[in-house]
Amino acid sequence: MTDKKTSVSRRSFLKGSLAAGAALSAPALWIQGAYAGGHGFRNDPTNKATVTLGFNVPQTGAYADEGADELRAFKLAVKHLNGEGDGGMMQTMKPMNLKGNGILGKKVDFVTGDTQTKSDAARASAKRMIEKDGVIMFSGGSSSGVAIAVQALAQEMGTIFMAGLTHSNDTTGKDRRRYGFRHFFNAHMSGAALAPVLQAEYGSDRQVYHLTADYTWGWSQEKSIQDATAAQAKWGTVNAVRTPLGAGDFSQYITPVLNSGADVLVLNHYGKDMVNSLTQAIQFGLLDKQVNGKDFQIVVPLFSRLMAQGAGENIKGIIGSTGWNWSLQDAGSQAFTKSFGQEYGFPPSQAAHTCYCQTLLYADAVERAGTFDPVQVIKALEDHEFDGMGNGPSLYRGADHQVFKNVLVVRGNQNPSSQFDLLSVVDIVDRDKVTYSPDLYAGDLGPYKV
Amino acid sequence: MDAILLQILNGLDKGGAYALIALGLTLIFGTLGVVNFAHGALFMLGAFCAVTVNKLITASAKVRDESVTFFEAYKDVPYLEMWLGDTGTLIIDWSVPISLLVAVPVMLGIGLAMERGLIRHFYKRPHADQILVTFGLAIVLQEIIKAMYGANPIPQSAPDLFTGTVNLGALLGMDLAYPAWRLVYFIFSMGIIVAVFSFLQFTTFGMVVRAGMADRETVQLLGINITKRFSTVFGIAAVVSGLAGLMYTPILPPDYHMGMDFLVLSFVVVVVGGMGSLPGAVAAGFLLGILQSLASMTEVKSIFPGIDQIIIYLIAMIVLLVRPRGLMGRKGVMED
Repeated sequence: MTDKKTSVSRRSFLKGSLAAGAALSAPALWIQGAYAGGHGFRNDPTNKATVTLGFNVPQTGAYADEGADELRAFKLAVKHLNGEGDGGMMQTMKPMNLKGNGILGKKVDFVTGDTQTKSDAARASAKRMIEKDGVIMFSGGSSSGVAIAVQALAQEMGTIFMAGLTHSNDTTGKDRRRYGFRHFFNAHMSGAALAPVLQAEYGSDRQVYHLTADYTWGWSQEKSIQDATAAQAKWGTVNAVRTPLGAGDFSQYITPVLNSGADVLVLNHYGKDMVNSLTQAIQFGLLDKQVNGKDFQIVVPLFSRLMAQGAGENIKGIIGSTGWNWSLQDAGSQAFTKSFGQEYGFPPSQAAHTCYCQTLLYADAVERAGTFDPVQVIKALEDHEFDGMGNGPSLYRGADHQVFKNVLVVRGNQNPSSQFDLLSVVDIVDRDKVTYSPDLYAGDLGPYKV
Repeated sequence: MDAILLQILNGLDKGGAYALIALGLTLIFGTLGVVNFAHGALFMLGAFCAVTVNKLITASAKVRDESVTFFEAYKDVPYLEMWLGDTGTLIIDWSVPISLLVAVPVMLGIGLAMERGLIRHFYKRPHADQILVTFGLAIVLQEIIKAMYGANPIPQSAPDLFTGTVNLGALLGMDLAYPAWRLVYFIFSMGIIVAVFSFLQFTTFGMVVRAGMADRETVQLLGINITKRFSTVFGIAAVVSGLAGLMYTPILPPDYHMGMDFLVLSFVVVVVGGMGSLPGAVAAGFLLGILQSLASMTEVKSIFPGIDQIIIYLIAMIVLLVRPRGLMGRKGVMED
């Protein structure tokens, strides 16, 4: 037997390394090819007959009702973009570049996903839409935690995210992204709109107890309401207690309010959480109490018709803010409400409104840009002024991708004229009064090209 | 003082639910020796009895709503209201208590079917097998409910009579208003507990069951079919758990996952109370419910932030360190 030494020559080592390198980089090259599509951006639909949008909404979890309504609005928007139905807000929006023949002549198709009101599930669902379904834009809500998580993904993947219902200041504040856009108003605007009304209704020097959903939106709203009411009406904070999202039974958090010395309870909850916490607060007799010589009050800074429906009688007389309400009399609101009502048999919620607007605004921006290239579409959306969509003259501010528009202060209707007439508009607060500097919640949008 | 009393009351209604589930778990463990991880699912099935009855009695006709002029809108008008007027409205208002009548036979049937159809085949198998099969069963039941009713909570209302508050402090000169339905739930849970203990203590059937729990072989040697009686006990435990879930629906809107949420806490309750001890399960249920509520007080949380989320497990650790068999555990149970 002879010992046979196996030796590797420099030449064969280099050859092997090159071959291994080529093999390992092949998937990346294929992906890049798919990404580029010959035009330099992901999921370019230029050579296809259709263009696909992704609607990523909570179909389960605490915000499922809002998610269901968002999906209805998305479907209606797609219908209108494709020239079906009565066109809804396409009859009223200004400027209007949509022709009812899809987007840039391509029929609009869509895929849906369930965020489960969880950031990880939402990211996984959005990733699937981008990588597997080839969406050119995705949208949805209804949680700021989710919106911020998928917005970061949008930036990484170079795919535009038109956020649905997200109200945290962080979404267009410290967590703002070049590829993320928000049409919905935010907690800062709620505070600015609500504070004068709360002072007029309930007076100055109130003592407030906050129950707050324990995630970015809750913290953001708690701080905005504290700051705005302290500055406007010298309202102080007795305590601010964080509650887990989807707690269901809030009784253990409500009972300490009774003897806290507070005369106002602010519920920084949304969706089913707000329905449950408000119902239970009223069951515990808070509104029947007098504290510090004043009638006890409950404030829900952000609420919608869907929540009012869930809370039933309990919402009557409660003050809050909302992005939009179907009872508005402007042409855009009426056109959308009529179109949505004819389709589904009931009026749209604010969540539906913002998602419908976002879809049309994106499509309009693509038409103005003349391309689906996200960089050009982003530039078309930045500092875009528009009107006729239910909130008066509005601006998509380029510095933080936040829309500035009128905000509504509403009250649970004491004498509803119909089964849907659950909120009465107390005040329409002008956009100038809720506008703030983009540096107030500083953040970095990031680059156009990713 | 008012705040402490309120939190104790709050703990009593939550503790009532824990105690009823733990009571059922202990009954099954004490008689059949089975660790039933599907017991939370029985709590959930009871809650969905209320949902089903409510859906049936609110079956509605679509009637054009003339007050909406923007588009064609329709209102749901329940047939019962159309046919029976105010009586129909009253029946719908009382749907949760009415569903108790349906839930008793339904839950008894489910319990017996579960025991006869599946669990009896695992009596002589190790506890690990029993846990796996009952946990699997719980997941199957959950998914069936999810497929039938969706994943979202379905709120149920207490009758109008019980939607307000009761001022318990009026006699003591204190302001101690408490939601009426939560008091109803506490009284209801006490009633069920007393009924189960009385049944076991004062009936011949109960005496045989107790004898069987103490010494199964001797009872069988006397010619008594103890297996049949234990099957009935499983059915009774299912009814107890189901009714606990049903009456809890106006407090917590039921969803398919509610059983699993309560099951984990109820097992802690059983362990703290002492495996196999019925009084231990009940006492620990109320004790942990109250401690969980007291831990949510602002004064407590300012010293120990987040204590309300972990208090039950903390107490369980301390009890097991000091009294390894639990508060009222018997020697020899699960120690072989």
